[in-house]
Amino acid sequence: MQAIFGPGDRVQVMDLEAEQGLTGHMRAPVYCRGKTGEIERFCGAFGNPETLAYGGDGTPAQPLYRVRFKQADVWPGYAGAANDCIEIEVYQHWLKAG
Amino acid sequence: MSHAHSHDHHHDHDHDHAPIEAEDTSSSDTAILADALRMVLIEKGIFTAAEVQDQLTLMEGRSDRNGAAMIARAWVDADYRDALLADGAAAAQALGYDTKGTPLIVLENTAKVHNVVVCTLCSCYPVTLLGPSPEWYKSKAYRGRVVRDPRSVLREFGTEIGPDREVRVHDSTADMRYMIMPKRPKDSAGMTEEALAGLITRNGLIGVAEL
Repeated sequence: MQAIFGPGDRVQVMDLEAEQGLTGHMRAPVYCRGKTGEIERFCGAFGNPETLAYGGDGTPAQPLYRVRFKQADVWPGYAGAANDCIEIEVYQHWLKAG
Repeated sequence: MSHAHSHDHHHDHDHDHAPIEAEDTSSSDTAILADALRMVLIEKGIFTAAEVQDQLTLMEGRSDRNGAAMIARAWVDADYRDALLADGAAAAQALGYDTKGTPLIVLENTAKVHNVVVCTLCSCYPVTLLGPSPEWYKSKAYRGRVVRDPRSVLREFGTEIGPDREVRVHDSTADMRYMIMPKRPKDSAGMTEEALAGLITRNGLIGVAEL
């Protein structure tokens, strides 16, 4: 799979559970689904853990990114400083342009 | 036993024959299951008992002193610092620590940013460089709270981050592993690399403490 995002790109984490009925082992944490952030870096392509978990070979390898979110965008009523961030590793198949 | 003396002597000596108490009396279901699984896998030839021992020896060599040595080197050697921040796994390898192909991202704490690491999905952790992870790192309380209220969790570790500094949480959800480069203590000028390594704590390398 080709990496389609680069550093600084705005992306939204999809909710593949709700949108596509994905079940079982899912690697995008629930708390970032539907949230918008920006690509911090491209990490390389890695075997898809959601098929590896069931004995598959993980192909095609999925581009993996670190996505930076403003904490205030992730947690309504976040109590810390306004510029606090959280960075999460998210595979490309969970992301769409935000 | 190789001795071949006859056993017709009387057991009249005066020490008692109470059984030796095993120090590890753990007999939880999981411990029994793990033992049984290990024995079956050895019997089936999947791995040998010697390989199990080799792996245990390897695991015992994993220590937060490895990560501390890397950070101390970075504090005294600007080229190593740059290499460490650019490719942590390669910089680990340069000091003889093999991350076995797992990428390592080293994040630098500065006057503007304080970084802290968590794995919300399980307990991913750079064991080679930090040793076995502490129980709290694996707890649901830490994993659940540090992502949504990091400043309160840091405060519970005695770490107060001023509102002028950004707190940046790193959720280790996939194939990267993380280590934090703490801020070098102000009063450490002129210290040797070895002495500097002695200042670096495991909690500092996770990001829940400053030095």
